[in-house]
Parts: sequence; structure tokens; C-alpha cells
Amino acid sequence: MSTTSIMKRRSFAGLLQNNTALGVMFMLPAGVFLLCFLTYPLGLGVWLGFTDTRIGRDGVFIGLENYRLLFDDSVFWLSVFNTILYTSVASVLKFGLGLWLALILNEKLPLKSFFRAIVLLPWVVPTVLSALAFWWIFDSQFSILSWSLIQLGLIDQPINFLGDSNNARASVIAANVWRGIPFVAISLLAGLQTISPSLQEAASLDGATSWQRFRYVTLPMLTPIIAVVMTFSVLFTFTDFQLIYVLTKGGPVNATHLMATLSFQRGIPGGQLGEGAAIAVAMIPFLLASILFSFFGLQRRKWQQGGSE
Amino acid sequence: MASVDFINVRKSFGTHAVIKGVNVEITDGEFVILVGPSGCGKSTLLRMLAGLENISAGEIRIGDKIVNGLAPKERDIAMVFQNYALYPHMTVADNMAFSLKLKGANKTAIETLVKPAAEILGLSHLLERYPRQLSGGQRQRVAMGRAIVRNPQVFLFDEPLSNLDAKLRVAMRAEIKELHQRLNTTTVYVTHDQIEAMTMADKIVVMNDGRVEQIGSPLDLYDRPANLFVAGFIGSPAMNMIKGRLDAADPHRFITEGGTVLPVVAAVEAAQGRDLIYGLRPESMRLDGAGLPVKVGVVEPTGAETQMIAKLGGSDLVCVFHERVSVRPGEIVNVSINAQATHLFDAESGVRL
Repeated sequence: MSTTSIMKRRSFAGLLQNNTALGVMFMLPAGVFLLCFLTYPLGLGVWLGFTDTRIGRDGVFIGLENYRLLFDDSVFWLSVFNTILYTSVASVLKFGLGLWLALILNEKLPLKSFFRAIVLLPWVVPTVLSALAFWWIFDSQFSILSWSLIQLGLIDQPINFLGDSNNARASVIAANVWRGIPFVAISLLAGLQTISPSLQEAASLDGATSWQRFRYVTLPMLTPIIAVVMTFSVLFTFTDFQLIYVLTKGGPVNATHLMATLSFQRGIPGGQLGEGAAIAVAMIPFLLASILFSFFGLQRRKWQQGGSE
Repeated sequence: MASVDFINVRKSFGTHAVIKGVNVEITDGEFVILVGPSGCGKSTLLRMLAGLENISAGEIRIGDKIVNGLAPKERDIAMVFQNYALYPHMTVADNMAFSLKLKGANKTAIETLVKPAAEILGLSHLLERYPRQLSGGQRQRVAMGRAIVRNPQVFLFDEPLSNLDAKLRVAMRAEIKELHQRLNTTTVYVTHDQIEAMTMADKIVVMNDGRVEQIGSPLDLYDRPANLFVAGFIGSPAMNMIKGRLDAADPHRFITEGGTVLPVVAAVEAAQGRDLIYGLRPESMRLDGAGLPVKVGVVEPTGAETQMIAKLGGSDLVCVFHERVSVRPGEIVNVSINAQATHLFDAESGVRL
């Protein structure tokens, strides 16, 4: 017995001396974690997309039938359109407003750290909570926006924020922008702070106006960070679910249904797990495209590369 | 090119005064160095001249123009920053051409200005590189090139050599001086290194605690420091300062606190009977068998010269000899003092007598 235990100990010690084995061991926890919580659900989702599984009934493999059905499904294509519209408009607005906010917060302001903390608030509040707040703000009768505009005499009757297709789209985009700005603004602010102030001073001595300083010094130096931040922002927006689900549930008449909400609606309340999974899988090409886009956009520019004499 | 005048310039951040009334006249084409310990306000003064800091009171003129209210870009000055402040996303050529591009110069005009400037600085083969790909000395030269291309009225340098290693610093020192001799543009240069100041300047402005202590040529400051601060700041190793009084009977004898007698050439009447400080440069002593007996502490040969730290009374006396000496620690040797090169200061006010 003692010999085997010594042998075991020896082989274990030998394992610790082996760099490859040691490396694998260190990666094991993370690997298991990824396997259980990422690969398995993803794989299951892809598999379900090829079956006609319903809730409470195991399905059989039906090949691409789900996708063929979706291809002829006008609601699906409407959700694709909505998702692209939602993502592009919200991302552009988030970028513009976030950059603007970051530039302001980067100036010498009184109570600067206070304002920086305030800016983060929308991001800290749970999405569902802020969605509920927006639900009240966009209420057809008790909306504070309608009320204020009526008090100001600008409109006669409350705006039907969530009842009209285009109003509803604008409303959910506004809510998403409000929620997404802090991430963009604070990340870009962090990027701005890595730009040495002496560069700005040098540029102003070189005769640059403040616009030229932004255009020729700040913006080019910020592009790598903009690329990272906007990739994440696009991914978050594209896969958004909570805001829509609380505010409109995809209505009115599917006008605000995104692919994520449609997938959920078909799969869980609708019970068609296979079809829901197929819709979710259909998001993957879009997400991959945006990741690839940023991957190539993110490749280090020549000026960032290290100095080899 | 232009002259620069600081007229009773003041600067405070809130209630904290940083520049407390500075008057400096810089004539056209002069190379002036602002020198002082860190925190003395020299960099702030330079930044005020550049327009990067507001002027709280007083007046700064470039040429005949009062520039207090002018934006940096309207002052026609170029500045070399301590960290070079090169635009990392532009090539060397673009860095140098940036100011010209902003002015709307066309390609050929830019080329005719950038090329010769690059040539002067030995940057011609680096024009397509990015700042990251350059060594410290090359970056320094690009920063200078960016300034030269502008052909400004005044060059400003803010501790430009402090990020370089010692050897490169000596080389760049010579290069900057040569550049000034070639272009003859008024230059204001800030450093905390008194050797840089002594070797490069036409005129040195010694600053301390927001005030000007003395203005003069390098050798002026060395030979006739106006007060104890300048005496201690200029010269390396620093001047020996020995407390004592003049002999009541003979004003040519200075008696230290320890009772040692030191020679004085011609003391001022007013010095009699006051607490004084006897300033003795390490280089003004010789080891020739006669004179003051001191006890050798440490001997540091550097090849070109030998530094000896000896005990005189209770205090250290630093001596520098230009010849090689063979003395041993603990030995008693005689050093003779060149009385012509000694200084007397009032102990209370620090002013030269």
C-alpha cells in the first residue's frame, strides 16, 4: 500500500513539474465553467433549432424546416428589420451623446466627480426598474411628458407613446439610449484621460482651434477605444430583451418586436421551443458579422505598434 | 524674432501665490535660461509666456505687443515639451508639418520647410516613422523640428533634456546651442539643472520661491553670486559656506566659529562685527604644502579631477583639485585658499557684501 501511495505521490509531483499538465490544470476550472454555462446552452439552442420540440413534448430532428418556415414568416422579417433599426439608431445616438458627455466631463468642471457618478446612475439601476419607470413616462394617460407638453400648451391631448408603431419604436429607442449612454460616456472618458494634456497644449501652440484639436488630435487617438466600446454597445443593443419586454412586449402589432423578444415569445409562452431556438440562432450571423467587423477595425494601427528600431 | 519682457508678473492659484512679481528683460536673439529648484515657478512662468496659464497681474510683452490676453496660437511661439508631446498617430513628417497644415499651406510649401529642418536635425531618414519607433533623442529632435518649421518669434523649452540619459543629454545640449547659434531666435529655456544653465545660456535667471534671485551671464553668477541662494545653487560641487566673523583688529582675517583664520581680500566696512558666512568654492583651493591644515575624510578621484572632503573644525570642507593627489583618509594636509575667489555674505539676510 505504501509503495503505491508513494508512486501516486511521485506521479502527481511529476505532473506538477510538467508545464503543459500544469497549464491544463489551471485552465480546468474556467474550461468547465465555460462548457457548462456557455457551450452547452449554445449547443442545445442550435440543436433545438433543428427539431420540432414543444414545451412538454420531445421533438424529432426536422432539418431546416424551422428556418424554411421563418423565411416565409413576415413577422420574423419584421423583427429582423426592427432589430437592425433599433440597433443602428440607438448605437449612433449613444455614440454621439456619449462622446459629447465624455468631452464635457473631461473638462475642468466644478463637482466633476459628482457629475461622473450621476452619469453612471442609469447603468447601475436594474434594467427592469428603469423600464418600469419609462413605462410610466410613456403611459398613454399619465405620462409626465404629455402632461408637461400640455401644460406648456404645445399639444392638446396626450401623446400615444406606446400605442402607435412609430411612436413606440422611437420610445423604446429613447429608453435604450438613456440606459446605454453611461457605458459609452464613461468608457470614452477613460479613453480621453489617457490622452496627455500636453498634446492638446502642443496643438493649441501649433495654431489649432478647439475643433481642429478635437478633429486631428483627440479623435484619431480615441478611435481604438471607440471601436471597442461601440462593438460592445452594438452587441448589447442587438440582443436587448428586457426593455422591450417590459415596455411593449413587442407591440403594437409587432412593431417593436426584436429578434430576442420574438424568440422568447414563440419559444416560451408560445411553447414552440424549436422555432424560438431557430430565431435565436438566426441572430448569430448578425452578431458574428459585427464582431468580425470590429475585429478587423480593431487591428492595431501602425502608430500603435511598438518601436522596433 | 522678438524681445520678451516680463513686467512685474504675478500668478496665484487661488490664494496660493506662485509667481511673486517677476521682472525679466530678454533682448532679441538671446538664449535665456530660467533655472531654480523644483516648485520655484520657472515652468509656470514659461507656460504663462506660452499662453497656457493665465497671468494674474503684470504684463508680458513679445516684441512691442502685450500678449496677456492673446491665445497661444496668436503669440507666434513654439514650445518643446518635457515629454516631447509628439502626436503619436502622425509620422515624423506629419508631426513637423502639422502647424503648416493648419495654416493651410500647400504640399510643396510644406515640403520646402520640413525637408531642410529635418536635414538640420538629422531626421531625413526618419520622416516616415511614427514617434513610437524612435529613440528618446530622436523624439527630442522631432519636437525641436516641429518648433523650427514654424519659424516662430520665440522658442520655449520646458526641461527638454530631463527624460534623456546623461550621455545623450550632453550631446543634445551642444546640439541645442548650435541650433540657436544657427537660427539666432530668441529662446527661453527652463531647467533645474544648473550645469545645463551654465553651459548653454547667454543669460541665466535664477528663480526661487516665485521670485527672481539674480539675473546675469553664467560667469557673472559664478563669480559674483548676489546672495547665498545663488551661491549655493550655481556651481558643482556646491560652494562651502562657513559661519564666522571678521577679526575686529584686522579686516583681512575671517575667524570661523571654530576659531580657524581664513583670508579675506577687502571686506566692506559694514561687515565688521556682524555674523557672516564665508563662501569658498571647492575649486578655489590648492594643495601646495602651505596654508590651512585640514584632516582628510574622503577622497574621490574622477580622473580629470579629484574631490576631497576634509574636516575643518567640526564641519565638512569640499575641495576639488585639478591634479591627481595622493592623500590618505585621516591624514592632515595643508590647503591654500585663493583669497581673490572668496565671497562674504551677511548671515542674516544672505546678501553678498
